[in-house]
Amino acid sequence: MAILIGENTRLLCQGMTGWAGTYHTSRMIQYGTNVVAGVTPGKGGKSHIDVPVFDRVADAMTATGANASAVFVPPDRAAGAIIESIEAEMPLVVVVTERIPVLDMIRVREALAGSRTRLVGPNSQGLLVPGVCQIGVMATDRARRGTIGVMSRSASLTSEVVSQLTAAGLGQSTTVGIGGDPIHGMGFVDCLELFFADPQTEAIVLIGEIGGTEEQQAAEYLQAVGAKKPIISLIVGQHAPLQRRMGHAGALAQDPLADAASKVAALRQAGATIVPSAHLVGATTHDLLAKRAA
Amino acid sequence: MQLHEHQAKKVLSRYAIAIPEGLLATTADEAEAAATRLGPGTVFVKAQSLAGDRAAAGGVRPVESASLAKAVASQLLGRKLVTTQTGENGQLVKKVLVERGVRAVNELYLALSIDAASSTIVITAAQGGGSGIEQRLATAPLGVLRLGMTGERHAGDIAAFCGQLGLSEAAAEKLAGVIARLHRAFIELDASLIEINPLALTESGELIAIDAKLALDDNAAFRHADLLQLGEEAEADLIELKAQRHQINFMQMDGNIGTVVNGAGLGLATLDMLRAAGGAPANFMDIRTTAKSMDIAQGIALVLDNPRVKVLLVNVFGGGMQPCDTIVEGLGIAFRRHARRLPIVLRVKGNNEEMARLRLANFDLQKIECADMWQAVTRAVAIAQGRA
Repeated sequence: MAILIGENTRLLCQGMTGWAGTYHTSRMIQYGTNVVAGVTPGKGGKSHIDVPVFDRVADAMTATGANASAVFVPPDRAAGAIIESIEAEMPLVVVVTERIPVLDMIRVREALAGSRTRLVGPNSQGLLVPGVCQIGVMATDRARRGTIGVMSRSASLTSEVVSQLTAAGLGQSTTVGIGGDPIHGMGFVDCLELFFADPQTEAIVLIGEIGGTEEQQAAEYLQAVGAKKPIISLIVGQHAPLQRRMGHAGALAQDPLADAASKVAALRQAGATIVPSAHLVGATTHDLLAKRAA
Repeated sequence: MQLHEHQAKKVLSRYAIAIPEGLLATTADEAEAAATRLGPGTVFVKAQSLAGDRAAAGGVRPVESASLAKAVASQLLGRKLVTTQTGENGQLVKKVLVERGVRAVNELYLALSIDAASSTIVITAAQGGGSGIEQRLATAPLGVLRLGMTGERHAGDIAAFCGQLGLSEAAAEKLAGVIARLHRAFIELDASLIEINPLALTESGELIAIDAKLALDDNAAFRHADLLQLGEEAEADLIELKAQRHQINFMQMDGNIGTVVNGAGLGLATLDMLRAAGGAPANFMDIRTTAKSMDIAQGIALVLDNPRVKVLLVNVFGGGMQPCDTIVEGLGIAFRRHARRLPIVLRVKGNNEEMARLRLANFDLQKIECADMWQAVTRAVAIAQGRA
């Protein structure tokens, strides 16, 4: 068991025939992910890296039973590709594309409301169930199967944390990149619900940063339902430079120190264990679990 | 991407937003001629700078004659304007806007921005604009309206919103028109911020944008070639823009440890660790996954150009999209092309790290390799402080 993906995932790649799509689809296949279809408008009926290509997501789903999509479509067309998957009722859509215009993401969120789709990203490194299934572009060599759920807004920091956990003898149940963009699909609260319900996951690492309210929402949720499993949290950015500010609306943004501190305080209050520095995630998680076992 | 006031006003006037009559000047003589053309009465000489809080810093000055306009322009042009929002270096003023004064009977603050939590465009309005609005916005309750991506649907909401602001019926109706047009402008321009402060209500019942700020979504630049050019004019001197062109997010800071990091999260973590170890970072760097080795070399050159930097800390975790060797390649190229010689503390881990190590051996660098981040951070701090 894991969350969101696993042995039964049948993956479709939107934008598979482009350079990035080809490279990353090949990596995912090599990792063991069951890639059943690609979608590139105008290239339907062909086959690419031994995977059948379709013009439309709906046709690909009917023909192959795809139940998840990875989006590698460039930013100018990405929103259209995501909305096509939402309209085709694709259960899970993982968007790797970076730099999608913000207003395009508002359109995507409007399409998502009331739909059957769960969206991950954009600007996400993707989802990984070590040894079983990879949807995304993350480094995989240090990931190991295990019991720690990892959720993060940052790709490079996730790789770092996974490496620390593995070095501390702690494998991962699933790693989720919710993406670094302000407007995105599923958030930390959705991940917490799934990790709490997942029997394989024993503890959860939350990697947050300044800006936005994902961490505060997670803290509120934990206050409401209780921390059903140990939560270990790292919040980075307390010494970030102030954004070059323009106008008064911009000046209303809190300073990084206060923003990071309020996130840390909210999570601590909600029962999370706070990691004091980014290099100590593995050690802190290990010590916490050892103490609980004793 | 941000535009100067005069650019923002020109763009917004396409949406029938009224602006004061004004002329742009790049010399004191041009400012004098502009004031003469605008005729008698008060004119304002306004430094064109991207920094907020210009008025308090003396960047916006009322004058009563063309000769005074010239005198003020000569004080502003070619100088660095330091405001509470620029940092100590200030921003060079290359142009002034000379504008006819507007007599207001009432002033409003109006801003459109994006609220990520609700995925909407949010309109904030407050009674009484002008400077010092930050404090009032922070303490006083605001009029706030959230709108989606289709304007027609919202006519009733906008009318109700304007009705609550304590304006006359005629003024409220006029404001509803302004908000509807700004909402359309926000969407069509891919804006991230439109701020009008103040929006003046005149005796004759007109609404005039006295000051305007416009920030655009960099991610949507591909749809707006014309605006992109305006932004490059406005931001030409900013080091951040140079980095952006090379797929790097960059912020200058005031310390002496240059940082080279891939990913925003790891970049922020690196700054936090440096500060925790008693060090002072010279910059924030987030090399985007789309950066090639030549881009990375250009970004590192920006760090090497900073004379304060005493040591370079390279903290890399290579992912599937950007392996370690690409970054090391960029590092080597940067030092080949730059006269600067500095100690480099490296922590390179992840995808293709072995390949990166082989590449590293090919470059003649003063390098110190560390196995983990904290070791690298403390080493860099020791070197910066002359302890190693």
